[in-house]
Amino acid sequence: MRPPRTILGRALDGDLGRSFRRSPPTVLAAAVALALILGAALAPLIAPADPHDPASLNLMNGFTPPMTPNAFTGEAFWLGTDDQGRDMASAILYGLRISLFVGVAAVALAMLIGVTLGLIAGYVGGWVDGVIMRVADIQLTFPAILVAMLIFGVAKGLTPPESRDQMAIWVLILSIGLSDWVQFARTVRASAMVEAQKDYVAAARLIGRSGAAIMLRHVAPNALGPVLVIATISLALAIIAEATLSFLGVGAPPTSPSLGTLIRIGQGYLFSGEWWILFFPALTLLALALAVNLLGDWLRDALNPRLR
Amino acid sequence: MLAFILRRLAQSALVLLAVGLIAFAMFRFVGDPIDAMLGQERTVEDIARLRAALGLDRSFVEQYLRFLGGALQGEFGVSWRLGRPVGRLLAERAPATLELALVSGVLAVGLGIGLGVYTALRRGGWLAGAIMTGSLIGVSLPTFLIGILLIWVFSVELGWLPSFGRGETVDLGFWTTGFLTVSGLKALILPSITLGLYQMTLIMRLVRAEMLEVLRADYIRFARARGLRERSIHFRHALKNTLAPVITVTGLQIGAIVAFAIITETVFQWPGVGLLFINAVQAVDIPVMAAYLMLIAALFVAINLIVDILYVMIDPRLRADRAGAAR
Repeated sequence: MRPPRTILGRALDGDLGRSFRRSPPTVLAAAVALALILGAALAPLIAPADPHDPASLNLMNGFTPPMTPNAFTGEAFWLGTDDQGRDMASAILYGLRISLFVGVAAVALAMLIGVTLGLIAGYVGGWVDGVIMRVADIQLTFPAILVAMLIFGVAKGLTPPESRDQMAIWVLILSIGLSDWVQFARTVRASAMVEAQKDYVAAARLIGRSGAAIMLRHVAPNALGPVLVIATISLALAIIAEATLSFLGVGAPPTSPSLGTLIRIGQGYLFSGEWWILFFPALTLLALALAVNLLGDWLRDALNPRLR
Repeated sequence: MLAFILRRLAQSALVLLAVGLIAFAMFRFVGDPIDAMLGQERTVEDIARLRAALGLDRSFVEQYLRFLGGALQGEFGVSWRLGRPVGRLLAERAPATLELALVSGVLAVGLGIGLGVYTALRRGGWLAGAIMTGSLIGVSLPTFLIGILLIWVFSVELGWLPSFGRGETVDLGFWTTGFLTVSGLKALILPSITLGLYQMTLIMRLVRAEMLEVLRADYIRFARARGLRERSIHFRHALKNTLAPVITVTGLQIGAIVAFAIITETVFQWPGVGLLFINAVQAVDIPVMAAYLMLIAALFVAINLIVDILYVMIDPRLRADRAGAAR
């Protein structure tokens, strides 16, 4: 008799790998995502210039179109330059870094909060469950982006004015993370309620394991598959949420611009014909969000036992 | 039925009280209203007088009740940024947002249901396929990028439509409308498409899925066997039976449209409530934020309530279940 296998166990053997290879869009999405992540991670090494170093800027290079030598200096830039002569390719790589960092950190925070509360709600039950899920219900009535804006505003009000710019990235992570925990909590709660009824949990309780240990060692691993799927889809949503907030001017500050901030800046040059300042950051954001979204969709279908 | 409505009303009131508490806590504990309203040159007497005038010297519960009482009468304090009563600011900005939301909503529901029915009936046709693929792209594009794309094509390149503002408006005393002037109507086109596109694709995909489900049902086959005309089968029998879930989703999306107006209004510098809110978040103008939160909460709770009641009225099975459970 084969031992019962967890979803993680299934994920690690050949099935998932095979379904991955059979889906060309997924392979393409993974390649794009990998390239963007590597570009962001290695930005200080591969970027032609440090966009945040004022000494590297030459105002004469301002508004250079892509792949065209500048009329004054003769320098050429792959993706052109902005008003201050900043190399757009470098600005995008560094912006990608901030966007990805905020997205991943926010999802990690949401996952931490959601999984913890979901486990507690599902395993403990009773009024604790009632309170947690009622709060989740109320929060779910409002769009996540609105909740994130409100948290951002409040958190900004609570930080001293002189450190607001440095704190902005962390405030951003906090507000997106807090706006997105509900899905995790709901899923984990459902799994925990099912698992808590099973014999092996009763057995673990009989040999005297504590509630926390049972939750973490026995119940949590069984909820891992769905959590992974939600995390991937949440990552795409978090990246878009970050870009939206930064675009609206309630996110990453101009001193450390994310892709959304770059798009906000670029929008101002649309009418004067400097399209590349807007176009390339927008394209990068789109590629990133689409790639992560496609990976999430694929993962959801691949891990869904009903679709096998 | 009555018991159900009463229970839902009580729940809604509780949610509103909870949101009110959050709004009040923001109001009371984030930032310092005295700091925000008095300049650098102030005396101890000034501060004491303002504290008394704002009621800051009373107990927490008393302040909360006064805050709720004020909110019920449309009084949310004074904006720190603009120095004017928040209630009046919101009333001035509301027509712009409501007109935009109305046009977007009509667009989303009308086109959404129409295209949904079309793609369900013409499944396999090239146009239906193209619409479905297009809708996938529409869902993945962030709202603000759609807005920028539309501005780029229709304002910058073609120069057909304005890229910002409401155009000329007509003041009716209590309401300013953009519906009565040509420039007002032209200014509505791009923002309402931007705002309604996501909801339209959502409704379209839902209607399509529901229609495909219903068209397989036995009563549709019997209707065909009875020799009814296709048109009557599709619209009288099939579409009508897909409406219950569509109403739920549509109702909830109306709330989302008002909330997402924040993004569209920023892209198009549309002088509505959403732009007021985002400027308040940028400037940490807590009274405006708190008032907006209360308003949106009231809107969402009301929509949820109406949707739930409509749902029970449309679907007789639910009514029977509820009645049985109540006894």
